[in-house]
Amino acid sequence: MPILDSPAKLEKFREEILSHRKQEKPCVTICSGTGCRALASEEVARTLVAEIEKNGLKDKVDIRRTGCHGFCEKGPIMVILPEDICYLQVKPEDIPEIVGTTLKEKKIIDRLLFKDAAGKSIVHESDIPFYKNQSRTVFGNNRFIDSKNIDDYIALGGYSALSKALSQMKPEEILDEIKKSNIRGRGGAGFPAGLKWETARNAPGTTKYVIVNADEGDPGAYKDRSLLEGNPHGVLEGLIIGAYVIGAHEGYVYVRQEYPLAIENLGIALEQAREYSLLGKNILGSGFDFDVSIQQGAGAFVSGESSALMTAIEGRVGEPRPKYIRTAVSGIREKPSNLNNVETWANIPFILNKGADWFTGIGTKGSKGTKIFSLVGKVNNTGLVEVPMGTTLRHIIFDVGGGIPGGKKFKAVQTGGPSGGVIPEKLLDMPVDYDEMTRAGSMMGSGGMIVMDETTCMVDIARYYLKFLSEESCGKCVPCREGIYQMLKILNRICGGKGKEGDIELLEEISGVVQEFSLCALGQTAPNPVLSSIRYFRDEYEVHIKEKRCPAGVCKSLISYYIDPEKCQACMICARSCPVQAITGEKNMVHVIDQEKCTKCGTCIEVCPQRFSAVTKLSGEKVPAPVHQKIKVRK
Amino acid sequence: MSKVTLTINDKKVQAEEGTTLLEAARSAGIEIPTLCYHEKLTPQGSCRLCTVEISRGQQPSRLVTSCIYLVEEGLVVQTETERVIKGRKMILQLLWARAPGSQVIRDYAVKYGVDREKFEVSSNFCILCGLCVRYCAEVKKKNAIGFVGRGSDRQVMFYPEIAAQECPQCGECWKICPTGVLPSNYAITRVPHFNWPVNPFFPQYDGK
Repeated sequence: MPILDSPAKLEKFREEILSHRKQEKPCVTICSGTGCRALASEEVARTLVAEIEKNGLKDKVDIRRTGCHGFCEKGPIMVILPEDICYLQVKPEDIPEIVGTTLKEKKIIDRLLFKDAAGKSIVHESDIPFYKNQSRTVFGNNRFIDSKNIDDYIALGGYSALSKALSQMKPEEILDEIKKSNIRGRGGAGFPAGLKWETARNAPGTTKYVIVNADEGDPGAYKDRSLLEGNPHGVLEGLIIGAYVIGAHEGYVYVRQEYPLAIENLGIALEQAREYSLLGKNILGSGFDFDVSIQQGAGAFVSGESSALMTAIEGRVGEPRPKYIRTAVSGIREKPSNLNNVETWANIPFILNKGADWFTGIGTKGSKGTKIFSLVGKVNNTGLVEVPMGTTLRHIIFDVGGGIPGGKKFKAVQTGGPSGGVIPEKLLDMPVDYDEMTRAGSMMGSGGMIVMDETTCMVDIARYYLKFLSEESCGKCVPCREGIYQMLKILNRICGGKGKEGDIELLEEISGVVQEFSLCALGQTAPNPVLSSIRYFRDEYEVHIKEKRCPAGVCKSLISYYIDPEKCQACMICARSCPVQAITGEKNMVHVIDQEKCTKCGTCIEVCPQRFSAVTKLSGEKVPAPVHQKIKVRK
Repeated sequence: MSKVTLTINDKKVQAEEGTTLLEAARSAGIEIPTLCYHEKLTPQGSCRLCTVEISRGQQPSRLVTSCIYLVEEGLVVQTETERVIKGRKMILQLLWARAPGSQVIRDYAVKYGVDREKFEVSSNFCILCGLCVRYCAEVKKKNAIGFVGRGSDRQVMFYPEIAAQECPQCGECWKICPTGVLPSNYAITRVPHFNWPVNPFFPQYDGK
């Protein structure tokens, strides 16, 4: 175990690692992020290890379980280096063929390759449109690194930024570089990180803290999780540099308990960094002391708010407090505490290595660098996407994301989680940055992007988010606790077919006060899902209220399922599948749904054979009276 | 401690550095409504009723809670602007819907001309101001009463294991509860064989 007590020793150690790693030696990488693990990538990896031993290739092939590759839709992902052959949706039973054909005979297995829209096979990972249309920087190393092995990170130049910072730069020089880069917080609000660091650095006191906010709680977002799981040292390196600038000797990573793999990998990373003298006393022989502890959160959404997170670290209930005095001045135990998001910290080593000018060369006027998004929902390529700030939504959803599945029409994209809003089709060419998103009535948030197609009801979506927020509000301040509760009641009423004239205006009125009078950002942004959906889809609200109709056919109280007597072929499939026996029918007789019994689960429409398509969803119209007649047999 | 001069509702007010806007205003005879404020307790800014509008020079005005925001030299404070009143009315309407039986809310509702029909009312009594919780924790240092639940499910509850030991000799929180319903909450928690103090609001709950 090397003790890296000087920058020179780090460089020497890096050369040593590289000299042992031959470029031409094949290395099979298997994505071991949460997504691929859920698709049994560990079984694939174990089968591969056994198969390679069986074939006597143990010393000729390296196997590496890496961090998340991002193309979660197609996991488990396997990439064979140095040729960069990418196999998708690999199953354990594919392994003998992969070893026999690709590793031994150097031949490619076509059926495991990515197929583009024209059906053409793509061999290299980097040529797949999902990856080709991205600019992977912060997230780029994930796919080369075994998250549990610090040597992999060091081999790729890891900790060189820290070494540079500690040996060649004064804290104020680093601070200037970070300020010049104009990096804004990746957690949502977009506060300039350099300014925050400066406030914490200049704040009086000798005990200061730095904190990684890994309490990512937005539905659908998982980029912080994948960064921490896949490349924990990248985050750690940024954190140590920040601590050096601010003058902190203690750091926390606040990570939710629901991220067990992130906690495990981070714990291993901390141990390894300590062993190598990259953490603890006298880091890299510089005289600077710093250590980090992991604080597990119990999954309260509000604990992602900085002041609530800090009260939680103190061991109290995670509730926010008014921040007239910034947490950078008075945070944990009233000491200056600098908190940044996982992704913000992970950007720092890149800025120091490549320079602020490189960083400001990427992005838009007000938002620099790249941004990672969790692209989910009704989109072909679900996964994690890193693009330069200012990339259009259209590029992200259609070029990277591959568009909408099933030939459906794009309707809206929800960004920024419960604090954000929906963005409609007419704004698809909007460049994505902090300011444009806010202008559109949404926000950057923690990078969640939930794509919605024409079968999504916007009132129902607003209701979903308000339900989430009413459960996740801490309940401390009145506007947030009671305002969201009343708004949810109104939305329930509208979706339940009991909407009243004036409900939209009332929602807007409450929203205005909740935004202005709430204590913390959770409440201040809570009305966004409602206001943005009213702004762009007001007609949908009106149709729900006035015509008692749900155009997307989602709101259960406003829809009915009906079997068309002209089309029904009396096959009995729907009658047998109905979980509440609401369908009556017999051979040769048209089936009928008992509307009183029907729970509107939609099973009948799903099971009705496509060639009949006899079940339809009605909304806003009366269900025709049931008929007792013989079917009209189709030719 | 040096003094600072600020303007509250067009009136020049002098206040000690480190005092809050609320204290400065009240000492100058300017009333600001509050529900969760108590002079013996750390302000927490949760009822938001004491929100005022502040401005300085050319900067756009903003809303702050006067129970926490500290006085600053040259600050211009308005306690009853249209923006402030609009918010206060809504807050009172929301609290009315939660606890229509609470006298303090009734009084404020009348004062601010609140439309009581706006929301469907529920049958709660507690307004969740948290005075009792903080009084027990900060002044008595007993933590016999606390919040449980989150969001709209939040409620105040006596913790029986502590309450059974501490509350019979004390009962001080009842006197600061602005709704007067805390004793009935307590009655639900009570353990029969303990000797309970006389309830100042509902003497029939004296435990005998």
